[in-house]
Amino acid sequence: MKRHLISAADLSRDDALLILDTAEELAQMADRPIRKLPTLRGRTVVNLFYEDSTRTRISFEAAAKRLSADVINFSAKGSSVAKGESLKDTALTLEAMGADAVVIRHQASGAPHRLAGWVRGSVINAGDGTHEHPTQALLDAFTMRRRLGRLDGLRVTIVGDVLHSRVARSNVLLLRTLGAEVTLVAPPTLLPVAVSAWPCEVAYDLSAALPKADVVMMLRVQAERMNAAYFPTVREYSRRYGLDAARMALLPEHAIVMHPGPMNRGVEIAAEVADSHRSTIVEQVANGVSVRMAVLYLMLGGADPGGGAPTGVAAGAAGAISPESTGALEVAR
Amino acid sequence: MSGSQSWLIRGAQVCAGGIADLILTDGLIQEAGPGLSSAGAQVLDAVGLIALPGLVDLHTHLREPGREDAETVSTGTQAAALGGFTAVHAMANTNPVADTAGVVEQIWRLGGQAGHCDVQPVGAVTSGLEGRQLAELGAMADSAARVRVFSDDGRCVSDAVLMRRALEYVKAFGGVIAQHAQETRLTDGAQMNEGEMSGLLGLTGWPAVAEEAIIARDCLLAAHVGSALHVCHVSTAGSVEIIRWAKSKGWRVTAEVTPHHLLLTDELAASYDPVYKVNPPLRTAADVEALRAGLADGIIDCVATDHAPHPVEDKETEWQVAAFGMTGLETALRVVHAAMVETGLLDWAGVANRMSARPAAIGQLDQHGRPLEAGSPANLVLYDPAARSVVDPAQHASRSRNTPFTGMELPGQVHATFLRGEPTVLDGKLAR
Repeated sequence: MKRHLISAADLSRDDALLILDTAEELAQMADRPIRKLPTLRGRTVVNLFYEDSTRTRISFEAAAKRLSADVINFSAKGSSVAKGESLKDTALTLEAMGADAVVIRHQASGAPHRLAGWVRGSVINAGDGTHEHPTQALLDAFTMRRRLGRLDGLRVTIVGDVLHSRVARSNVLLLRTLGAEVTLVAPPTLLPVAVSAWPCEVAYDLSAALPKADVVMMLRVQAERMNAAYFPTVREYSRRYGLDAARMALLPEHAIVMHPGPMNRGVEIAAEVADSHRSTIVEQVANGVSVRMAVLYLMLGGADPGGGAPTGVAAGAAGAISPESTGALEVAR
Repeated sequence: MSGSQSWLIRGAQVCAGGIADLILTDGLIQEAGPGLSSAGAQVLDAVGLIALPGLVDLHTHLREPGREDAETVSTGTQAAALGGFTAVHAMANTNPVADTAGVVEQIWRLGGQAGHCDVQPVGAVTSGLEGRQLAELGAMADSAARVRVFSDDGRCVSDAVLMRRALEYVKAFGGVIAQHAQETRLTDGAQMNEGEMSGLLGLTGWPAVAEEAIIARDCLLAAHVGSALHVCHVSTAGSVEIIRWAKSKGWRVTAEVTPHHLLLTDELAASYDPVYKVNPPLRTAADVEALRAGLADGIIDCVATDHAPHPVEDKETEWQVAAFGMTGLETALRVVHAAMVETGLLDWAGVANRMSARPAAIGQLDQHGRPLEAGSPANLVLYDPAARSVVDPAQHASRSRNTPFTGMELPGQVHATFLRGEPTVLDGKLAR
């Protein structure tokens, strides 16, 4: 496993499966009366959020706290960032505070990449501009595998604003690594001009793509796209690329509907679809905590500054949590 | 003209020609040929060195007045001399903008005082570079600075009527409009070349068509009004084709390419290090090949650095908030050596043409770009083609360090530069 998680492309197939398997074990713990593990006791995880994202920040915060890490939330609002401090100076400050991991959300593509050059701790990308959001892709893959039992050969259709979507980029890369077949469906204006070089199929007709999809993932349409000639009107977008009940009926019986949230009900997804039994939207949120726990555990667990294995988990980051280490989980309770 | 001290330069290879000695006296090349001697002259052993006419840059940002934290006329011209330049054209996007006779004369005088190379101010096309109203082009042309090249560089003269009028107006005094070709609506928020890399990196694309569409329009406008257009920093294969077509019609269109566009590609953006952020952006390997071929066959007339210094804090940031631009004066000849000479595309006579004679002709500097023969002004550079070294910006005279060539091994070394017979650089170091 690499020191940082900036792109889904940083993960080998083995790395990705290790994270998903670890997340599965950690998810089972969530059902227990005491959910907390002492694994990252004494470690400091900084949530450095330059963009509002309550959902992702809370998810990372919950994940770090369940592993007993100290969590510092550093939001761009009301901080020195608002006074014009540069990312580099903020990085040096976090470095001086001894951050073991920095979880960064930033509106600029590549900001986590830059940060990784300035801090010694691990950098985890929690979404950068229109680039990537690798933990979202991991939780999406985790959700697909839980619902459908496999990822290899799974047919995943991702619909909407691919051009500006960090979720789409990370999903295409990770799902390819894990053996799924991805089809992107979008108006041509919302696809990168060189999308043909991506390891996926591209289509413009959503209704034609649905009958062969095991998973359909709807992307949010950002308000700022609506007046920039990417499509004529919101209603036309919704008619051509929205998922309503009639379109959902074109899906195979077993297919699931995903959305990274927050949703525009009535635009890219109809309310009755969002609330249907096929929808995994609420599960995705719950799975996000397990997956982020696994990422923090695997990235920080093996690099104990005290020299020994992290408290409570015998196997560290050396492999999947073995029966012995599961035992350690029990002890940790 | 001072020049009390004569110089005898011994055994240099003159451009692509033979070995010769040169005697420099009173600012001129007094004699050129084999086996010369001159009593009392200081002798410079130039065996193994190539003598080229002093380089001329059509596109330099000296930042003074206004951004002296990035560069001054003094530091910028030191950098120029160290790079083998004897004349630079100072772009107009200073603060205040060089859009009046007063400002261009100020810059011209600062250049004269610094004395490291000639500084020829470029005048703004429009007042304040705002693209609304023509600046007083005639007043700048008539000033002591004798401005002939006008440009809003950094911004495109987008308005077709304004561009047409500018091209027409400067015919009265033989001026040329140097256009920064960038269709602004197609490049709103643009960060890097639009293509495979921009899609992967999630950075807003700067499509080739945004450059090519303006070049095509401006070629047609220049033809329509019978005026002279110069295209700044051509960066795409398509632009080369459009300029080739315009030239085939006999229209008065000239063009430049930067050293960085001859060597680097957009794949460097994958580092998200803004030292690779420049406008127009680095393009693809296919574009680099087309630019090299275009420069070799003369469709692109010359190399111009677009030397754009920025302080560290404007580059040590996230990519999208960083300033556009790269320094280039101190590495230009070495990069051209690597990209054009080592590849066999140009010989040294070709380099002299593309980096001295052609830019001097476009900029109408009659004291520069002349052949190294008796009677020419003694503006020349002695270059060691056998040297190789790793680029270290800490060694640069420029006040800024934003060179994309840091850590790269490049061929060559400027050994000496002479401006009107006086050394500005000796042994690779500033002489004054």
